[in-house]
Amino acid sequence: MLDFIILFLTVGIPLSSALLLASLGETVNQRSGVFNLGCEGIMSMGAFVGMLIPFLVGGSGKVAWYVNLSGLVAAAAVGALLGLLFGVVVIRFSAPQGIAGIGMQLFATGLAGSLYRHFIGGAQGVAGIDALPIPFLCDLPIVGKMFFSCNPMVYFAFLMVPVVHYLLFKTPWGLRVRACGTMPRAADSMGIDVSRTRYQALAFGSAMAGLAGAYLSVCYAKIFTDTLIGGRGFIAVALVYFGRWSPVGVLGGALLFSLAQALQLAVQAYGFSSFPYEFLVMLPYILVVVVLVFVGKSKHVGPAMLGKAFNREMRT
Amino acid sequence: MKNFKWIYTAGVILLAVLLTLTVAALILALLGANVLDTFWVIFCYPFTTFKNLSGVINIMTPLTIVGVGICVAYRSGIMNIGGEGQMVMGILCALLYSLSVESASLPVTLLVGILGGALWGLFPGILKSRFGVSELLSTVMFNYIAAQLYAYCLRVPLLDPAVAGGVGDPQTEKLAEGLWLPRINDLLDGLPKGTRFHTGIFVAIALAVIVYLFMWKTPAGFKMRAAGASERAARYGGISVDKYLVLAMCISGACCGLAGTVEILGVHHRGIGNCTGGYGFSGIVVALFGGLHPLGVIPAAFFFAVISYGCSALQINKIPVPSNMIDVLLGLVILVIVATKLIIANPYWMDRAQRKFTALFGRKEA
Amino acid sequence: MSTPITSLRIEHITKRFPGIVACSDISLSVGKGEVLALVGENGAGKTTLMNILMGLYTPDEGKIYINNKEVVFKSPGDAFACGIGMVHQQYMLVPNLTVTENIALGLSKMKTDGKGEGRLARLKRAAKLDLDAVRRQIVAISGHYGLAVDPDAAIWQLSVGEQQRVELVKTLCFGAKFLILDEPTSALTPQETDELIALLKRMSAELSIIFISHKLAEVKALSNKVAILRGGKLVFRGNTADHSAADIAALMTGHEVYLPVNQSSRKPGEPMLEVSNLFVRGDRGNMVLNKLNLTVRAGEIVGLAGVSGNGQRELAEALTGLRPIDSGEVLLDGVRLTGKSPKQIIAQGMGYVPEERNVEGIVPSMSIRENLVLKDIAKPPFSVGGLIRNRKITENADAMREKFDIRCSGVGVAAGSLSGGNIQKVILAREINRGPKFLIAVYPIRGLDLGAAEFIHKQLLALRDSGVGILLISEELEEIINLSDRIAVIFKGQIQRTLGHGEATQRKLGMMMAGVKEI
Repeated sequence: MLDFIILFLTVGIPLSSALLLASLGETVNQRSGVFNLGCEGIMSMGAFVGMLIPFLVGGSGKVAWYVNLSGLVAAAAVGALLGLLFGVVVIRFSAPQGIAGIGMQLFATGLAGSLYRHFIGGAQGVAGIDALPIPFLCDLPIVGKMFFSCNPMVYFAFLMVPVVHYLLFKTPWGLRVRACGTMPRAADSMGIDVSRTRYQALAFGSAMAGLAGAYLSVCYAKIFTDTLIGGRGFIAVALVYFGRWSPVGVLGGALLFSLAQALQLAVQAYGFSSFPYEFLVMLPYILVVVVLVFVGKSKHVGPAMLGKAFNREMRT
Repeated sequence: MKNFKWIYTAGVILLAVLLTLTVAALILALLGANVLDTFWVIFCYPFTTFKNLSGVINIMTPLTIVGVGICVAYRSGIMNIGGEGQMVMGILCALLYSLSVESASLPVTLLVGILGGALWGLFPGILKSRFGVSELLSTVMFNYIAAQLYAYCLRVPLLDPAVAGGVGDPQTEKLAEGLWLPRINDLLDGLPKGTRFHTGIFVAIALAVIVYLFMWKTPAGFKMRAAGASERAARYGGISVDKYLVLAMCISGACCGLAGTVEILGVHHRGIGNCTGGYGFSGIVVALFGGLHPLGVIPAAFFFAVISYGCSALQINKIPVPSNMIDVLLGLVILVIVATKLIIANPYWMDRAQRKFTALFGRKEA
Repeated sequence: MSTPITSLRIEHITKRFPGIVACSDISLSVGKGEVLALVGENGAGKTTLMNILMGLYTPDEGKIYINNKEVVFKSPGDAFACGIGMVHQQYMLVPNLTVTENIALGLSKMKTDGKGEGRLARLKRAAKLDLDAVRRQIVAISGHYGLAVDPDAAIWQLSVGEQQRVELVKTLCFGAKFLILDEPTSALTPQETDELIALLKRMSAELSIIFISHKLAEVKALSNKVAILRGGKLVFRGNTADHSAADIAALMTGHEVYLPVNQSSRKPGEPMLEVSNLFVRGDRGNMVLNKLNLTVRAGEIVGLAGVSGNGQRELAEALTGLRPIDSGEVLLDGVRLTGKSPKQIIAQGMGYVPEERNVEGIVPSMSIRENLVLKDIAKPPFSVGGLIRNRKITENADAMREKFDIRCSGVGVAAGSLSGGNIQKVILAREINRGPKFLIAVYPIRGLDLGAAEFIHKQLLALRDSGVGILLISEELEEIINLSDRIAVIFKGQIQRTLGHGEATQRKLGMMMAGVKEI
């Protein structure tokens, strides 16, 4: 049983990292009032760009490390760029965000797939970034293997929880972001540039989504496929609701969801093959729906003007 | 100057089209393709032979049906992006029925498919109206749930004994021939043989007309549109918004279920792995492009069927552009359309454009 | 924070919106320690002008001078930096933040005086939100002016009066030496209004104030100068003391106003609407109507007077089935309405002219003719055998257009494109044409020009004469006194007292609206 739990956690924690990164980014987006359903596509582009650089440059040892790192940075940059493009559509032109998000998702997913076939092609992988056991801590029994022998990006993802929390709740910028998501008119009347704040939030959030994608291609699967993201972008958006727009809540959601997924993998690994695994795969999605029902409506928590464009001169 | 509204609208649309083509051309160039050749294959090649054209019509069929369904939801104030899942459930129900009931008939199979899709639209509708769960999220989750259900049924209860234990992709047995939608070649003499051109297109067009009549000529349709256009005003006008919202999702899902069933009965004649062809998503683009009007959906579906067919034919024509290009184009078109709509509707920008316009050309007129 | 403003002058300000000129060639000046009252009807351009002064809108033409130096405001931040602050009519406070956070929000964007602030200090300021410093500032300012606020309360927990104090403190924290107040008393009780006026009088010793209002008593009490806007133009400037309230009113509207007055003293009929012991909850779950009792008879207009927020909205929504009733009884012509759906209540003969006509009264994107049959689409003659009869709908719309003088280019145009007055006519036409037994009219002429207001009042009186019971909810005492057969005063969710047509005076009603029961 202990083995089972260890396996379950050692699978679940790396799984949760991509969701966590994307979800934290989406939290910032939504706090500023922008609902970015294009997250899935942006992750896909991040995954492609993240592995493109290591694939083209290669290298070994220290060089490889820097190359991989620059892949991650490029993924974040491309994510931010796509976020800004999305911003032009939904902020500058006040387009409805849900549908524009679907557009972004299709566009970026398709683009990533097309570019991948052109620049990399086939089922070629990269060496990627390997796990980085933390000295001493990784030698601890049980927890060492579960928590301290992970990929550096996993540590980074978990580190981002307090960072994003601090950013949102302890800095002037975070205050502005929250105000723009709840009552942009008030923020505007106090001299805050609502559009600019939302662009900044979108760039940050989408960079995180790009990183999440790159984590999957460079650190987790070390390969790119059309189905690599596999709906994680949509789940990340749902987890923000789940977590009530708080980084800690999002962490809980990402862990719960990933552990539900890990459970399914662990069950398969332990050979309960007679049980149809499809139902286990389904479980996390059902879980999200159920949780969405219970978090339904509560006021004064989240961004009240989520999904609403702001235009000062439109008077009604 | 009332005419300016037309000038402005036309100008914005022209710019939007140019922008779309330019971005597409840039991406094609980045992929190392000859831009003009690629555009030729995408836009013109589908018209070159009867076989190609019939392929286009076969794609247009599910696109129209899904697009009409999306229109109903959108017009009623709910965004259905669960078309994929609803198609899958329609297909699954139709397969379960037709493979297990000896006396299965074509109309009943279609009906069962419709009900399966409607069921999958009902849940998000209830979740939205009763619990305030965003349909954008719930429908996506239901897509995944449906996909897994389908995968399971395909792998276990409905698996074709012929491939059981083998290595091939899981699929079901072939459906009884009596359940197939008739093929046009069989009905009309003198057409080139060897196409899968089926009669589903008539179902699609009839559906568009029926839904148009329902939405615009019946009180229930009127109330759904009122609820979608302004929820509060509808509520104040005594319309039970929640009820119509659920109904709209059911109709929307029913359309998607029908689209899936038609696809199976017309093209594949059996349940296969990737059975939806992504129409659940591309149907959204079609609906938007068709002005969210059931009759507008028909030409829009044709247009997208052309480029969709064109994109899938790129490799055969030795153009090094992967078929994923269709998603890029679809996404691009969505982004451009939603922005363009808002630009056209913005009186402030029109006002500004008008002043600039008159400053530039006004003197000549005077 | 900034040098004191000794004079503020605006010259030839013009601002256009698509279709209208909101401000046309307006020039004004305010000196040190002055209180300027800016008066005018709704839509006269007062708020637009002030938004220009705050940098929220950029004027199409014209200039602003402070201390004889031209300034250009691109955003409210620029205006704050010059020491101008504004309390908007709808409070600009983020509901889920605390008072301190709201004020810190504005301060975070302020340009500081210390030009020598080093890079390190700037970085420190960006990296950490210093709420303690803001809190100290709030305490200091609220102490200085006697404005009690709790810095750690979340905005949504505060009452309207408290929120207004927060707005004032916020503006002062931003270093305002020049205050703009947009209809500051519109949501206050008479006592709160008196307190505010006393406070502003004290503050005017240190600050200059522009004060937007259309309540002439306040204008007389507080201001020493008055400027009147009408239709986007400045029509009058002068000393308040030299002119009577009646003079100002006449200038405000452009002509002597004769709104129709309820003169006939018909005998009202049987009770049409009977409300007994009604309890209804508000949006926050608190009880907003507390054991409310009210009877309206057939052929009678009962005016419901009260400061907004005392349960008027909730009463109208409860009566129409849009808001659940906690307990109590509502009878319409003897039929119980409690627990019925809006649809059933409408079928019983309830008519409703809702408060927000643009979003509650009409479906803006649908055509006028469709809006005219919104409630009756499923009934003959508009639909027969389950199919809509477009010809009948158009005929109906043409008839209504004629009868109710709806000015439009055609009945097929979107209802949302009409002016406020014409939208209200569409709503009234729909409600009256249905032959209601009872009509609830909420703020029926708010924001309308006088022509439309007159028309609507006449229609209401005619409807009353035809035997319909009407509940008229309004904040405008004049409207209520003119039209009502009886006047009920609502206060904290209860009917304070009901007065007959002859008994009510503005003064009497004002005191009762403040909670005084016996006069």
